[in-house]
Amino acid sequence: MKQQLEQLRAAALDAISQAVGMEDLENARIRFLGKKGELTAMLRQMGKLSPEERPAMGQLANEVRAAMEKAIDETRIKLEAAALERKLANEAVDVTVPGEKVVLGHKHPMYIALDEIKDIFVGMGFTVLDGPEVELAELNFDRLNAGEGHPSRDWSDTFYFKEDSSVMLRSQTSPMQVRAMDTLPLPIRMIAPGRVYRKDEVDATHSPMFHQVEGMVIDKNVTMADLKGTLNAVVEELYGKGTQTRFRPHHFPFTEPSCELDVQCHKCGGKGCPTCKGEGWIELLGAGMIHPHVLEMAGIDPEVWSGWAFGFGLERTAMRRFKIDDLRLIFENDVRFLEQF
Amino acid sequence: MDLSRKWLNEFVDGVSPDEIDDKAFSEALTLTGSKVETYRYLGEEIRNVVVGRVLSLERHPDSDHMWVCQIDAARAEPVQIVTGAWNVHVGDLVPVALHDSTLPGGKHIQRGKLRGVLSDGMLCGLSELGLDQRDFPYAAITPAALLNDYHPIDPAKPSISADIQPGSKIYGPVLCARVVDETAVTLDTGSDTVTVKTPCDNLHKGDLVAFHTGTSTICTLADLRAEQREFPHCIPDGIFILRENCVPGDDIRPVIGADDHVVEFEITPNRPDCLSIIGLAREAAATFGKPLRLHEPVVKGGADGVLTDLLDVETPDADLVPRYTARMVRNVKIGPSPLWMRQRLRAMGVRPINNIVDITNYVMIEYGQPMHAFDYRYVKGGRIIVRRAREGEELTTLDGIVRKLNANHLVIADETRAVGLAGIMGGENSEIAADTVDVVFESANFDGTCIRKGALALGMRTEASAKFEKGLDPMNTLPAVNRACELVELLDAGEVVDGVIDVLNFVPQPAVLPLEPDKINALLGTDVSVDEMVRILRKLDFTVENGTVTVPSWRGDVRLMADLAEEVARFHGYNNIPCTLMRGETTRGGFSPEQQLERQLGAVCRSVGYDEIITYSFISPTYYDKIRWQPEDPRRRSFTILNPLGEGTSIMRTTTLPSMLEILTRNYNYRNKAARLYELGKIYLPGGPDGLADEQKYLTLGAYGEGLDFFSLKGVVEAVLSAVRAGDVRFEAERENPSYHPGRCARVYAGNALIGTFGQIHPLVARGYGVDTELYCAELSLAALMAARGSEPTYVPLPRFPAVMRDIAVVCDESVTVGALSDCIRRSARGLLKEASLFDIYRGPGIAPGKKSVAFNLTLRSDDRSLTAEDADADVAAILEALRRELGAVLR
Repeated sequence: MKQQLEQLRAAALDAISQAVGMEDLENARIRFLGKKGELTAMLRQMGKLSPEERPAMGQLANEVRAAMEKAIDETRIKLEAAALERKLANEAVDVTVPGEKVVLGHKHPMYIALDEIKDIFVGMGFTVLDGPEVELAELNFDRLNAGEGHPSRDWSDTFYFKEDSSVMLRSQTSPMQVRAMDTLPLPIRMIAPGRVYRKDEVDATHSPMFHQVEGMVIDKNVTMADLKGTLNAVVEELYGKGTQTRFRPHHFPFTEPSCELDVQCHKCGGKGCPTCKGEGWIELLGAGMIHPHVLEMAGIDPEVWSGWAFGFGLERTAMRRFKIDDLRLIFENDVRFLEQF
Repeated sequence: MDLSRKWLNEFVDGVSPDEIDDKAFSEALTLTGSKVETYRYLGEEIRNVVVGRVLSLERHPDSDHMWVCQIDAARAEPVQIVTGAWNVHVGDLVPVALHDSTLPGGKHIQRGKLRGVLSDGMLCGLSELGLDQRDFPYAAITPAALLNDYHPIDPAKPSISADIQPGSKIYGPVLCARVVDETAVTLDTGSDTVTVKTPCDNLHKGDLVAFHTGTSTICTLADLRAEQREFPHCIPDGIFILRENCVPGDDIRPVIGADDHVVEFEITPNRPDCLSIIGLAREAAATFGKPLRLHEPVVKGGADGVLTDLLDVETPDADLVPRYTARMVRNVKIGPSPLWMRQRLRAMGVRPINNIVDITNYVMIEYGQPMHAFDYRYVKGGRIIVRRAREGEELTTLDGIVRKLNANHLVIADETRAVGLAGIMGGENSEIAADTVDVVFESANFDGTCIRKGALALGMRTEASAKFEKGLDPMNTLPAVNRACELVELLDAGEVVDGVIDVLNFVPQPAVLPLEPDKINALLGTDVSVDEMVRILRKLDFTVENGTVTVPSWRGDVRLMADLAEEVARFHGYNNIPCTLMRGETTRGGFSPEQQLERQLGAVCRSVGYDEIITYSFISPTYYDKIRWQPEDPRRRSFTILNPLGEGTSIMRTTTLPSMLEILTRNYNYRNKAARLYELGKIYLPGGPDGLADEQKYLTLGAYGEGLDFFSLKGVVEAVLSAVRAGDVRFEAERENPSYHPGRCARVYAGNALIGTFGQIHPLVARGYGVDTELYCAELSLAALMAARGSEPTYVPLPRFPAVMRDIAVVCDESVTVGALSDCIRRSARGLLKEASLFDIYRGPGIAPGKKSVAFNLTLRSDDRSLTAEDADADVAAILEALRRELGAVLR
């Protein structure tokens, strides 16, 4: 019997190991361990053994069963793993097939630039103001020291709604300085982006409507050094740490001293190239200390308060940033253009 | 403003291009406030062109019109050059473009063969050097008619026989002669030899000419009444024969004045004093720390006559003429001005004309004071009256155009008529001419605004008016007129009458202000010493004494402490001002709720695939027609630009719809398959505060392309409303809006507030734009969206009990809307209904015509127990009963 059991073990393990599918394995289980299986049959013969032989044979029979069960379990796990692997292999996809289209819209490149600028200034404690585009000439000109006779008041330069030149399309965002002085409590830190209008025919660098960003600070003890420090910080935010700037004297009727801020040409690093027209510098914005008369006209005492202001063209900033070479693209709104940003 | 650096050298030492190159010069002046736009070396394009002397001249063996010259160009060997010009003679000094040389316009000259003969370069004419006769009047060429160059128009009938010989008669007193000597032109007339004086410079030994025995002159083409094509090579053009002080081998550039450097400045309008050589010299001297050397004009005078007897000046409109200064020059000799003057004018971009006119231009450039010279004989009665023009008065200006004037124009007049347009342009009737004898030099100061407006109204901004309009220094008129007279004497162009007419209608009063170093430093954020401030101001010719600053007369822009601060800052260096961050009270910055809403709406639109656009705020009034607004529609009332660029941009839009349609159309025309666009832009309605516009922002959506229909647009509108958490959102069919499809347009409300309108654009509108596809648009008011914003969400506990789902399908008349059905469902449920969502609308077999089957998915749930089937059935039954009763919708 012992010999028979050993033979059975060998036969069973062989059959199990030969199984290539779950079906083979199940058949093997039924053949050896099933109710009518060979091991079961052999166990039934245990009764015929002598009481002395029985325990040893019983133990051996149990060992054989355990070995069979173990082999079956192990093989099952193996076969299951192999089956899953086959299934997954069959489910494989071509990952190079494009994904299902999710269409995202695009922000206009100019507003990408503007939003970044707004965030920088808001972070520095500036309030963002909106104001009217149909504006009083008084605010656009007189209150900014550009009196009667200032050339930009000519009908050849500015759009007017009234024969007496009193109502116009603002030619700059600077009247927002006046509106802020008239309405906000001091101290003031504000920026005012928006549309402005000048009588320029459309070409690659001109448009009768374009955008400016105005900025103004009024406080006690504000200096030109503050103007420089703040604008330098903004330039570094916009163009990267270590961007070289230079300030040079300029003239605006509503600031004194006035300046323009240049950044070193990113293309040539200041050596001079076509991008910077050989100068090595690119003009970025105009600024200056608010003219005492402008403060006085707003009822602000220039002996107590001082301030600085700046303004720049948004189109040029965006065009430089995205290397857009024709202003007309900005207002053409071709989706092939818009979807590049 | 251009600056000749040679001219500048006259006033400032140590700043020549040899000492400071153009780049360094430009950068330094830019940083002190005189912004340099560009600079150039005038001779940049000219290379390897030298002075040569003609050693010999031989006719080309294979050409009847070319010459082979040997030229001494100070090279080891003479240079052989072939030329087609006939005005060259042995001994002449000529510009020689050697082998491998360049000329203006990028022309490259190389060795070559001309009809088999080597030419080692080229002899140059004026135009090849970028010059013309006004630069070198003496270089004008008068060709004789050479009979050996005669080409009859009709070969069968020549006017001059081909074998004509000296002595043969041509016509009347004109006979053929042969040149036997070309230096002292000697002719063989057949029977005799004569030596003649002639201006013709194309004569060479052996040439046959037509000799007029009566006048003893050699005939030109004009004398023979011949056409150019009959004498193809006798043209008034040729080589530039130099009469300058130069020798073979000299670089041609200094000889013709092309060795100057010209720097172009952008002068800001507050600094008209810098629109002059002297003004820029002062800035350059201060910038480089060099002394400024100004020159006091010295006039000898002494011409016949007493100025006050000759000339009388009246200024009835004194307010427009702060100062009028004049001097007189008699017995003028009109002629070209000397080379140095012509070269300086040329470097500054001014064409030389004649000595008197050139002097006025020269002084205007040097002093920044516009000058005018006019012919005294046309000043009737010797009286100059500076007055307002009479309404409709006419004057022909120097450019030959008849100008119609009005009382806003200022004229220079005599007793009878206007002879000039003050500060703008002289009159043709008093122009300096070749026979002018006596000249009046006017150096006046006119009111800037009056000149600017006058020039603008006539559309003729001139060099002079551009200066006057900025407000010139009235103290400058006298030195300028004296300088002009000094130059007249220097050029020997006439005799200056003693004395000056000088009408002063203002009291010269220099501006004086205190020097406040502390305030200046406080404004600049600097620590500049008083000494440095004083030094800077004095460099600029401010007088500083005892803490008081006297501003020079030409600095009308300096009136306040802040102005002085700018002067200090400019020369202390803007870039030496420290950079500090703002101190003081911190302010809380940020966006207004409206601005936050705008940002949010933009993000929503982009998340559903819409691209942002920017359109013009002004449109054409015809756009209202294009969107089918009735002619009497009150919304057409728009802010109208009185001086628009064109009709297309002449009114401020009261609707954003046509702007969006323009862009959709453009994309459609560009064959873009689809476009989904949004704009956050304003409309401009009449009736705002202070007579301004009521400017309202709108979110405008526009789209076309595959997969788009009313409901996909509605989905976007719903997304927008849901993003702002608007409550009680309703949609109503809009059939009256003329711009939209009457059956596919809706108004959207939040509560009772109208948010906007959307739908398919009316096919007639689309057709009007030339678009053959369905366009969809939405116009949503930002103010309404702002008002409709829901409050911050508060957390609602998640359901603890399961829901029961029931599907119902009801059949109803076509006219019953889904909105009415779902409304009815919501109202009639007994409190367990949480959601009713449409999932099908069916028309077709099984449903009677004129009917439809509408299916809803109902979600029922209780917050305090699990529902039984009976609970749910009761609610559903109530709903079905209401649908049947109210809308005739029966369970299918």
